[in-house]
Amino acid sequence: MSELFPVAVTVNGTRYERNVEPRMLLSDFLRHELGLTGTHVGCEHGVCGTCTVIFDGQAVRSCLMFAVQANGHEIVTVEGLGTPENLHPLQEAFWDAHALQCAFCTPGFLTTLVPFLEENPNPTEDEIREAIAGNLCRCTGYQNIVDAVKLAAERSKAKGNT
Amino acid sequence: MKPAPFKYYAPTSVEEALAHLAEYGYDAKALAGGQSLIPTMNFRLAQPSVLVDLNNISDLFYISPDENGGLRIGAMTRESQIEHSALVAERAPLLYEAMPHIAHPQIRNRGTIGGTLAHADPAAELPAVSVALNGRFRLRGQVGERWVSADEFFVGFFTTVLEPDELLVEVALPPMPPRSGWSFQEVARRHGDYALVGVAAMVTLDDRGRCQQARLVFLSVGEGPVEAHQAAATLKGQAPTPEAIRAAAETAASADVDPSSDIHASAAYRRHLVNVLSRRALEQAFERAGLRD
Repeated sequence: MSELFPVAVTVNGTRYERNVEPRMLLSDFLRHELGLTGTHVGCEHGVCGTCTVIFDGQAVRSCLMFAVQANGHEIVTVEGLGTPENLHPLQEAFWDAHALQCAFCTPGFLTTLVPFLEENPNPTEDEIREAIAGNLCRCTGYQNIVDAVKLAAERSKAKGNT
Repeated sequence: MKPAPFKYYAPTSVEEALAHLAEYGYDAKALAGGQSLIPTMNFRLAQPSVLVDLNNISDLFYISPDENGGLRIGAMTRESQIEHSALVAERAPLLYEAMPHIAHPQIRNRGTIGGTLAHADPAAELPAVSVALNGRFRLRGQVGERWVSADEFFVGFFTTVLEPDELLVEVALPPMPPRSGWSFQEVARRHGDYALVGVAAMVTLDDRGRCQQARLVFLSVGEGPVEAHQAAATLKGQAPTPEAIRAAAETAASADVDPSSDIHASAAYRRHLVNVLSRRALEQAFERAGLRD
């Protein structure tokens, strides 16, 4: 075992401190050290997008970072978006638009799309499809995911207008 | 699918990073955005025994205007920062337009300009763009620094002139000459995938509206960025008519590139794409050059 490094990181508002090997991927850190198994691991080489987390406000692939690099940073995982009783508006739209079947890819889509919608609250269909180009879903054919994003955007606009 | 163990350093200054690189030589790898290095480590295709992480060197993150009208970009600047920079849009619009073609947003949020240039993937966008823009790179070692032009920097498949104890620390882009136009075109199976072929084009017109200079630099057709010198020569001094553009595109496809076949595309299809993308790129670049003084 190589030398351990301290990692102090805020995940979903909670501060965690651990000592890890530098080779530990951030995805494995979240799942195995913190028990936050909502972040899924698919390809582990940056293609499938299912391990996406929100790192200092931006979507990144947690399999392409080492946990030690998260020291001092803030992360939001799918567990931090909403709860079963109180879903995030985008999660609600996914539910209503049937934007998931097996749901393996869903955490990655949500963590990709939450920062995207914050930056671009009224996206075109092309922009939505470009935003999710780095996330693979083998069930839905993407159509319902695109519909869900549009639904979430419309609802947030309607809410803003009232 | 887990990286092999390595010794880890996270220096906060370039000097400190260079000292680690000098100590370990070829056993060490500099870690920039990690979006290419970490996947190869996950597969254990790369097993560096030492990683020197550059992410805590705050001096390497910047986009600043150069007094000559160009740009200076710190090597650790994230691709997404460049993608959203108004200064880049104004001073290096070719770079600005190429950015969204690089992989996916999640990758660009981590990936860096210096990392992608030093990695020198022949399918990457920024090596070709930096050659088309006459970019220059500042390389630092413990004994001093040197400047290398983009077209001298890339020497082959994933290979550059960087020594193992050197770091690429800064990219300098010169100002665009007046009456210049640009275009970036690529074809990929899916947005964000590696391009089957891409091209970065820069053209400059003389005061009579004739082509003073044209540069076409391709990605994904060779071992590094491939410049179409013969196509450019056919345009020099010519009015940029549709016929001249068509002829130049055909020259690029038949004489300037020698692509190979792989599972993604045949050599013949790549040649076809070189022809089509050259024509589109030149049409757009000349049109923009005519509109810009």
